Amino acid sequence: MNFREYRIGSRAFGLAFGLSMSITLFFPSFDLAASISSEVGLDKQLTSGWDSGWQLADPLLNGLNKPLKVLVRKDPKSGEPMEPVYAYVYPAGTSLPNGVTHTANLGKGVEELSVKQGRITEARKESGAVFLIKKSDQLLTFEDKPLSYMENATATKGWTPDEVLKQAADSDILHAGSGKTMFVREGCWWCHTLLPEQTQDWQVFGAPPMLGDFNGESPTAFGSDRKGPDLLHVGSRNASREWMMLHFFNPRLVQPHSIMPRFDYLWGEVDADGKKIDFKKWRSEYDEYREGKITTPPDVPMYAKDSEIRNLIDFVINLK
Amino acid sequence: MILKYLFAKNEAIPVGSAAIFFGFSAIIWFMIGTGLGSFNAAKLAFPDFVTGTEMFAFGHMRQVHVLAVIFGWISMAFAMAMMYITPILGNTRLWSEKLGLWNCMMWNVSLALGLTLLWMGVTSGREYSDFPWPLDLAVAAFISIPLAVNVWMTIIKRRTQGIYTTNWFFAASTFMLIIVFLVGNLPEYFHLTGLTEAYMTWWFAHNVLGLWITPVAAAIAYYVIPKVTGNPLYSHRIGHLHFWSIVVFYSTPAAHHLMSAPLPEWLKSFASVEGVLILVPAIAFVSNILLTMQGKWNMFVENLEVRFTVVGVLLAIPLNMQGGFQQTRSINWYIHGTGWMVAHAHLALLGFSTFLEAAAVYLGLQTLMKRKLYSLTLGNLHFWLLLIGFSTYWISMTIAGLIQGAGKIYEVPYIDVVIAEHPYMIARWLGGTMVFSSTILWLYNMWMTAREGTVIPVGRMPHELAYER
Repeated sequence: MNFREYRIGSRAFGLAFGLSMSITLFFPSFDLAASISSEVGLDKQLTSGWDSGWQLADPLLNGLNKPLKVLVRKDPKSGEPMEPVYAYVYPAGTSLPNGVTHTANLGKGVEELSVKQGRITEARKESGAVFLIKKSDQLLTFEDKPLSYMENATATKGWTPDEVLKQAADSDILHAGSGKTMFVREGCWWCHTLLPEQTQDWQVFGAPPMLGDFNGESPTAFGSDRKGPDLLHVGSRNASREWMMLHFFNPRLVQPHSIMPRFDYLWGEVDADGKKIDFKKWRSEYDEYREGKITTPPDVPMYAKDSEIRNLIDFVINLK
Repeated sequence: MILKYLFAKNEAIPVGSAAIFFGFSAIIWFMIGTGLGSFNAAKLAFPDFVTGTEMFAFGHMRQVHVLAVIFGWISMAFAMAMMYITPILGNTRLWSEKLGLWNCMMWNVSLALGLTLLWMGVTSGREYSDFPWPLDLAVAAFISIPLAVNVWMTIIKRRTQGIYTTNWFFAASTFMLIIVFLVGNLPEYFHLTGLTEAYMTWWFAHNVLGLWITPVAAAIAYYVIPKVTGNPLYSHRIGHLHFWSIVVFYSTPAAHHLMSAPLPEWLKSFASVEGVLILVPAIAFVSNILLTMQGKWNMFVENLEVRFTVVGVLLAIPLNMQGGFQQTRSINWYIHGTGWMVAHAHLALLGFSTFLEAAAVYLGLQTLMKRKLYSLTLGNLHFWLLLIGFSTYWISMTIAGLIQGAGKIYEVPYIDVVIAEHPYMIARWLGGTMVFSSTILWLYNMWMTAREGTVIPVGRMPHELAYER
């Protein structure tokens, strides 16, 4: 390195590379950090919890360490009927979402409201917590929308995770958080984007996401290579659990030209009645149906309440 | 056989052991990666092909294919090239053959482990940086940092006064890979979320291509063409232009991967303009190499290594024409997220860069083992199967992508797009299978070269000897 040119060259290299890193990392970080969480963003991060990819608490991506989204119809304290509201239940030991542990992530305004009125910093992982999304009368500065914020109902109303889960019917509990883990693990996002594009897609796939719709979500699983329809708003287009069940078991049952893989293995060993599912028999009967030997396809077994496919269907239905 | 040198004294290890180990590992990973690719393509054409098992589901295998070819084939072939080209250009020995051997072994071990976990679904859910963060750290510690140390020390200890173009690229790219890898995975170490995570994912994906794969592949051409043809490089100044414009322009347009996400508009516009500027290094590189060929174009036909290199360089022309313009807003809205992008990615990795790496591995293994290539016929068959297989893949996926783009713009029901794409999915599978079969021939040919190739006398280049088969 005893050439003067190389000393100049390595400094020039540091300058050029450093400058490009500043422009692509440092400057955008101000804009990205300034994004204010929208109601959609709050719902997403409260639904999916700490992380949906690999994490120490769920190393094999089994959907552990995840909250439940519960439709509360009766006040968990008094048992009186009330206006139905979605609560995000973090049973004791479940990691809290990023916005609760790092409140700055919620963005200006939302952070103050969530901490002061929503008392989210009082939530503890050890004892669990129940969250709600509240609308305030403040408006977002650049849009005519009210600011929403998180409320820690365990602190403000005394709702405990156990009480909320006890009063809810199983059909009111969405395992959408665990379902997102299934979505990531099974690689759904290799073919289905979660990003309707800004320039088209409005009619078929719905509105593209806005700034603030992702705060605290990880991974965002936008996807880059679309081989099937976009799913960001799929729950608004099709909310039929029966259709989803048939489609996941064998997509060709409801869409003969689909190239989606079968996800029958997510049913696990047994069906909803605890009976062992005979996949081999099902497939041979399906082959007979396909060859025209029988007129109707075999029945798809109803999934068990705690099966992985239930999580995934809950997640997909919840994509509104 | 090579493993016995892992605990030998550095001086006792024969020159080139590390490069040979890397070379064969790379070919084997190429076979694995393209085999997985062909299997995946079959599933897209025939969705009920091997079904009902989690391990053989498309969503579990797609990322294994991608990372096997990037970290296994391409990066190991790069390491192979660095292990023998860097010392030759510095008129010295590799700084540490032993470090090179350990590097290669740990590389194989950590990649095999990482891909197995990924296959089981253990993923961070971020494209191209799919490994969970403990594995990312293993990749940095066992793959990129030891490689960079070896390359840098060899360059510092060189016995020539100047540093040749190829070695600038090697030195800068190994350094930039470490930075890009460690910074690009920050969202996983520190749990950065939301748009930051999405942007950093594509910042990594863009830069690992732009600052690692593209410049190192180009550096190989800067070595192979002058070395084999005997012509001096056409212009070192154009080489300078290429190098500096890679650092300045190629490191900045990451945001063009997320043109339809709610990123800051200034960042997208900036990325779009910078994206067009990648034509500067591209034109500098292609013209420099093709002008170096002056007077030696017969070797394009007669010499296998030159043929591989020049085809790779020629494929850089459509690659950069696509790359420069498809990320502008006016074109991106049409082709984003379609098969066009899949075709483009394969043009970069299976077209442009694979042909250059294949040349480096052919030339390097023959030079280091001092054995002439076993069979020219098999070599030619490898070349043509690879080229025809790749072209079939590229053309069919480009057409499929244009159909998909039209379907997207005119909001055709998605299932009609799937039906229209079906023939092209079959063509893609056939093309991919041809590429896979070519790698089997190649591995056999290189294996037989090691065992039965004609011995090259000291002081001779492989191409100066006649083929025997």
